[in-house]
Amino acid sequence: MDSFYKNKIARAWWWKIIAIFCLVYTCYYGFIGKVPAMVVLHETIRNLYFHVTMWMAMMLMMLINAIYSIKYLSSLNKYDDLVAEESGKMAMVFSAAGLITGMVWANYTWGAPWTNDPQLNGTAATILMYAAYFILRNAIPDENKKAKIASVYAIFAFVMMFVFIMVIPKMYNSLHPGKGGNPGFNKYDLDSNMRMVFYPAVIGWCLLGTWLMSLNVRIRRIEEITEEN
Amino acid sequence: MKFTQKVLQLVLLEGKLEWKNKQSVTALFIYSFSSIFVTYLAFQQTIDLTTWNSLFWIILLFASTNAIAKSFLQDSKGLQLFYYSMFSPKQLILAKTLYNQILLIGLSLINFLIFQLVFPIAIYQIGQYLLSLILGAIGLSTVLTLVAGIVSKANNNAALLAILGFPLLFPLLSIIIQCSMNAINGFDWMVNQQLFIVLISLNLITILLSYLLFPYLWRD
Repeated sequence: MDSFYKNKIARAWWWKIIAIFCLVYTCYYGFIGKVPAMVVLHETIRNLYFHVTMWMAMMLMMLINAIYSIKYLSSLNKYDDLVAEESGKMAMVFSAAGLITGMVWANYTWGAPWTNDPQLNGTAATILMYAAYFILRNAIPDENKKAKIASVYAIFAFVMMFVFIMVIPKMYNSLHPGKGGNPGFNKYDLDSNMRMVFYPAVIGWCLLGTWLMSLNVRIRRIEEITEEN
Repeated sequence: MKFTQKVLQLVLLEGKLEWKNKQSVTALFIYSFSSIFVTYLAFQQTIDLTTWNSLFWIILLFASTNAIAKSFLQDSKGLQLFYYSMFSPKQLILAKTLYNQILLIGLSLINFLIFQLVFPIAIYQIGQYLLSLILGAIGLSTVLTLVAGIVSKANNNAALLAILGFPLLFPLLSIIIQCSMNAINGFDWMVNQQLFIVLISLNLITILLSYLLFPYLWRD
């Protein structure tokens, strides 16, 4: 009946240990590890571990949101919808964090916290989309109806967001690395020292997001059970 | 084909209902005329090309939101029951989308003529501009029709349509504005080709998605 909660992996402890280990490692080597001396970036390149990884975690949360929305429409199991809602919330948290870390970085390297960059506009649109998703959820009092309508909107929004973040920035000039003629990080910036920190950082933040999401789901379940009794 | 016949029947029915109650479609045209006139008074005919294009699309965005808001909200309970018993949800969404596309293509062409009348500018690639206008109207109507379907199931709040619809329209609008700006500046077909391909595929994706997702909304 409850696929996510019964899932052994969600309740296992080993990946939470990996998450903690990766994040401690990231914070330690992220601040004192060796980084290449770059012209404009200087020491701000350390933000790579905290800004880019936020996007990866956000993407993962949106993917979970879309997958569980599809799952809900095929199963009509209300716990699938619960997972979708909580992963949507975590996606909002990570997108806000990614935007703030990005704005701090942009302020020092591009000279302004907000530039007319397709990637920034895409992010703003994504945040608005997920805000609209929660407004829609709160506008419908009936539980089953809410879950169904919100799932439909979430799937539609995910596809549009994917187009806006992944397809359109490729067509315009962007200040971001690897786009609009700028060299990508993996060309020469990201040397092997940085890779050693970057990949664990991605894994760590993604696992942390999943962990927080599963905790929220479990809290909501406990609330439901105590309300019933 | 029975399916296409039913869809066309439904489109005709929508048209007849609209024709019977001319007030709403007249209100729609008056709405866009008066917004164009407000911009005309505000700008006093001094307007550059980028502003012209952006203003045009913003006015069209608001007019189309108003136009499509009524596509589900206006239907009475009895009419909805009739649709429910006579047509499948897939036929219904296709018919509503098709009808709204025709309505919006008409609206955007008339808007374009009036906009040209009050702010006359020279468009170097008129064919490309009209193509982007038609593709933009199709995209706007497809996305907004599905969102109107969502809103009709959620308290029928008209403001919700703008909140839910605008973020979904950002990708479409950013491509459309780029595309039509290129047409105004008279860029060659080769420059715009890629944008048109993206635009057409985006429209196809949205039509496919609303075709697949609408049945879940309609089944209550």
